[in-house]
Amino acid sequence: MSDAASLLDVDGLQAWYGESHILHGVTFHVLPGEVVTLLGRNGAGKTTTLKSIMGIVGQRTGSVRFDGAELIGRTSDQIARAGLAFCPEERGIFASLNVEENLLLPPQVRPGGLDVAAIFTLFPNLKERLRSQGTKLSGGEQQMLAIGRILRTGARLLLLDEPTEGLAPVIIQQIGHTIRALKAQGFTILLVEQNFRFASTVADRYYIMEHGRVVEQFANAELEANLDKLHEYLGV
Amino acid sequence: MISIFGIPSQALFGQLLIGLINGSFYALLSLGLAVIFGMLNIINFTHGAQYMMGAFVAYLVLQYLGLNYWVALLIAPILVGLTGVIIERLFLKRLYQLDHLYGLLLTFGLALIIQGVFRNYYGSSGLPYQVPELLRGGQNLGFMFLPNYRAWVIFFSLVVCLGTWFVIERTRLGAYLRAATENPTLVRAFGINVPRMITLTYGFGVGLAAIAGVMAAPIYNVSPLMGEDIIIVVFAVVVIGGMGSIMGAIVTGFALGLIEGLTKVFFPEASNTVIFVIMAIVLLIRPAGLFGRAT
Ligand SMILES: Nc1ncnc2c1ncn2[C@@H]1O[C@H](COP(=O)(O)OP(=O)(O)OP(=O)(O)O)[C@@H](O)[C@H]1O
Ligand SMILES: [Mg+2]
Repeated sequence: MSDAASLLDVDGLQAWYGESHILHGVTFHVLPGEVVTLLGRNGAGKTTTLKSIMGIVGQRTGSVRFDGAELIGRTSDQIARAGLAFCPEERGIFASLNVEENLLLPPQVRPGGLDVAAIFTLFPNLKERLRSQGTKLSGGEQQMLAIGRILRTGARLLLLDEPTEGLAPVIIQQIGHTIRALKAQGFTILLVEQNFRFASTVADRYYIMEHGRVVEQFANAELEANLDKLHEYLGV
Repeated sequence: MISIFGIPSQALFGQLLIGLINGSFYALLSLGLAVIFGMLNIINFTHGAQYMMGAFVAYLVLQYLGLNYWVALLIAPILVGLTGVIIERLFLKRLYQLDHLYGLLLTFGLALIIQGVFRNYYGSSGLPYQVPELLRGGQNLGFMFLPNYRAWVIFFSLVVCLGTWFVIERTRLGAYLRAATENPTLVRAFGINVPRMITLTYGFGVGLAAIAGVMAAPIYNVSPLMGEDIIIVVFAVVVIGGMGSIMGAIVTGFALGLIEGLTKVFFPEASNTVIFVIMAIVLLIRPAGLFGRAT
């Protein structure tokens, strides 16, 4: 199952929040340069999977290998420094920081990140709002800020948790465009989505999660053939 | 003699000056408490004892090593800050997941122990500490006499307070601190060693108390109980200003020192209680404090 060339290799990942056992052995991998999407209903464990990779759940077991190195057992700051960056579902924009401070907050963990000018090219709106309080931005702008700020860090693997949630179609398009641009620049992306129509515009492959497990996988080309199954799993 | 509202101007300005001096200490101490509370979510009841330790470092390094006030002003915050680092690593870091009450009990107990130990060795009568040579004498301003050392206390307290404010509100390091106060988990997931930042923040807040202690030594004498007296007032100041607001702590500290001074002139009977009366009123009207954000 695990591929020697994988950038990220998750194997038998289990996770708990306190007493509740949420992930029951999640297994999947992401190749360098791929955009891989985790699909699944509310509560399937998609966010918990990303958080477990980042080391921010209470307890986890199994294996998460990044670029060959085991991440289980490391703290989340060490994991970030290995070259992963996380954009949380709730976006995590800091209210006590202005836009510029939010943008410059994540430290550079390795060389090769985008510079600020390149981030403004992707998200021109941000440039006009540098002095605004982070949380005064619109939902779409906050999402751009949340993605933009992790591009500077030099992380090669981006974990994006439902970046389109609650946003207007035109903004969703812009985010799709951004993800394709990032892929073209060599970023590897693990995306969590409920909106598989959106995912189909960016993803190379899909994994479907249910009850804390990966239950299905297919490539983008197989999407149409799997639509029935998908509807069943996502309950749409 | 000139008089204002029937009060001789000498007396009025004299009390205002005392108010400003007290305010300088209130501001420094409540600032340290606010910095610590913002990051650790712990109300540091050891703060008064750490202020006292600062004064004792000044006294002891002079007594045994012949190191003067200026050296003490530099090394007291470092030494006392280091004891803070040890306290955080040994005890406080185990409490963050628990109820506020545990932090309060622990820091209160530590204060009693530290004060007890100092009292055991140095009694409670207070040891004299000379005003540094450079700052003896004073200026006659016409309307009042201003001792140089007191002017220095006000000036240096302002410098330290505003410097701290600047670092927290206007620099990159401060942005890390503010962000970690809001969402430590996410800041850590960006690759920042948040636990170390928390340790250093506690050491820094404690260092501020030690600076205040050194500055207080020539004014109030060095005594094991000096922290116990002032810290009660400082907690009232913090409640009035609102826990966790940096500028709030500074402004409230100076303002309440002045108000206390004015009360001594116009209604001396109330001068010891005025701060607590204000605290009660503020708690009724704005429970989160004047500068606090309601949560
Ligand atoms: N902090 C927490 N403490 C306890 N249980 C949690 C916590 N966070 C999530 N859960 C539970 O874990 C399960 C998986 O949640 P998770 O957030 O990973 O789902 P998800 O697939 O991301 O869902 P959504 O699409 O709604 O974001 C759910 O049953 C949820 O109730
Ligand atoms: Mg989720």
